[in-house]
Amino acid sequence: MEEKFDAAIVGGGPAGISAACILAKRGAKVIVIERGEYPGAKNMFGGVLYGRALGRIIPDYAQKNCPIERNIVESRVSYLSEEGSISFSYRDQAFFEKLQNNAFTVGRAKFDRWFADQAKGFGALLVCSTVVTDLMKDGAGRVIGVKTDRAEGEVRAKVVLLADGVNSPLAAKTGFRPEARPGQIALAVKELIGLPEEVIDERFGVSGANGVTNEILGSVTGGMNGVAFVYTNRRSVSIGIGANLADLARQRVRPYEMLERLKLHPAIEPLIKDGKPLEYLAHWVPEGGYDSVPKLFGDGFLIAGDSAMLFNALHREGSNLAMTSGRLAAETILEALGKGDLSSATLKGYSERMKESFVLKDLKTYRRFSSLLETHGELFSTLPKGASEALRQILTVDETPKKARRQTAWEALRGRVGLFRLLRLVFDAWRAV
Amino acid sequence: MSAKIEDKLFLDRFNVDEQSHLRLIDPGVCVEKCQGQPCLYICPANVYKLEKDRVSITYEGCLECGSCRVGCPHFNIDWRFPRGGYGVRHKFG
Repeated sequence: MEEKFDAAIVGGGPAGISAACILAKRGAKVIVIERGEYPGAKNMFGGVLYGRALGRIIPDYAQKNCPIERNIVESRVSYLSEEGSISFSYRDQAFFEKLQNNAFTVGRAKFDRWFADQAKGFGALLVCSTVVTDLMKDGAGRVIGVKTDRAEGEVRAKVVLLADGVNSPLAAKTGFRPEARPGQIALAVKELIGLPEEVIDERFGVSGANGVTNEILGSVTGGMNGVAFVYTNRRSVSIGIGANLADLARQRVRPYEMLERLKLHPAIEPLIKDGKPLEYLAHWVPEGGYDSVPKLFGDGFLIAGDSAMLFNALHREGSNLAMTSGRLAAETILEALGKGDLSSATLKGYSERMKESFVLKDLKTYRRFSSLLETHGELFSTLPKGASEALRQILTVDETPKKARRQTAWEALRGRVGLFRLLRLVFDAWRAV
Repeated sequence: MSAKIEDKLFLDRFNVDEQSHLRLIDPGVCVEKCQGQPCLYICPANVYKLEKDRVSITYEGCLECGSCRVGCPHFNIDWRFPRGGYGVRHKFG
């Protein structure tokens, strides 16, 4: 390709397309290079997008047929032992009305294609079925374009936005950021389970395209640092589970067997009963937190989204961080194009914008969270068991006086975890969040 | 546990290339030097299998997560994305 672009964007996901929309809207000449046959062909996440982040890119997304599955009106967190389930849930009328689409589920094959269509509408060029294999640099080491696996597939651009996702062989090859280490990522697998719309409505107590998210922790990850989830789509339920890749390797656990165990849990099985498996997917989650975020810019390039390891592991937010980082990268690029200076001196503005935004502020707030999970293995092993046994004691009705019941409940918990460990957990958790 | 990976991969759509995007750099390392062989467990598509005297690769069902590349203790896997347009194609995602 002889043509020279203002910006070349690697990857047609939420970060890349957000940037493409902003840049193209403002008249910049943008190319998005996507390795899948269509945007979304390779993309996978838990399933939740956030209206505010999307609205900053496409304000009237709801009127533009954005393929929303369900508006989330209730969030549940469940803490599972082998036999028990402790749950906390919050439902609010506000999420039906004035905070509608605060969070909503989508399928990426549909959503990413729709999102890329919006970017095309603004004038961005989208090239699919094309893998970026290398970065082009000038004599001074400045990035001046990308090489692709197409014949004569060199694309020259004033600036390159790397939005190629958490799994980046391009990063491994070129070193624009360090290769992910197993301890910094979770490997998640997910299955789509098809169910009639009214069955999902009934099981989750919703109607009218509203839905529920359920985050799940505890013994389901077999002692490994990990999280599972059940999210409602319109005519399917997404069920997934992920664990730290270093833990999976150490414990020799097959991810899909962990998923099958989750599906058979007595608290989960009724939610997906008689459903028909539709699709099985796997993807990494960048869970390293603030300290795993690389330098976000260099001469002629910027990094956004999962590729920059932007993920809030406590609140399970990623897609909004991707969209916001893509938007801030685009604003920086526009400023740099205006100045005619694409060196790191101007692109540094991206890092400053990110520091001032909730993206890096939140990651910094929860900086200690990933090490909390790493150092407190009891959260995934003995604590769910002890907590379950304690609650079973308290809720068992017989002739035992309550004072004695309370005593046995406390002993059950302390016997499993140990008093010092419990205190340490409370202290560390307080500091981490 | 009756989780059959074949049944799960059967749900997915793949555009299979004739050439593999995954390659063992030195196949000898896997059988002679590698103790834990984590690739046999961590791969969500069970791409790697231990044969009599080697580790085999069924790249056709690869879900392109990258776990084997960073999980291999000997960094013995030459890992590329499938050529543009090939590999897994999500229906829902």
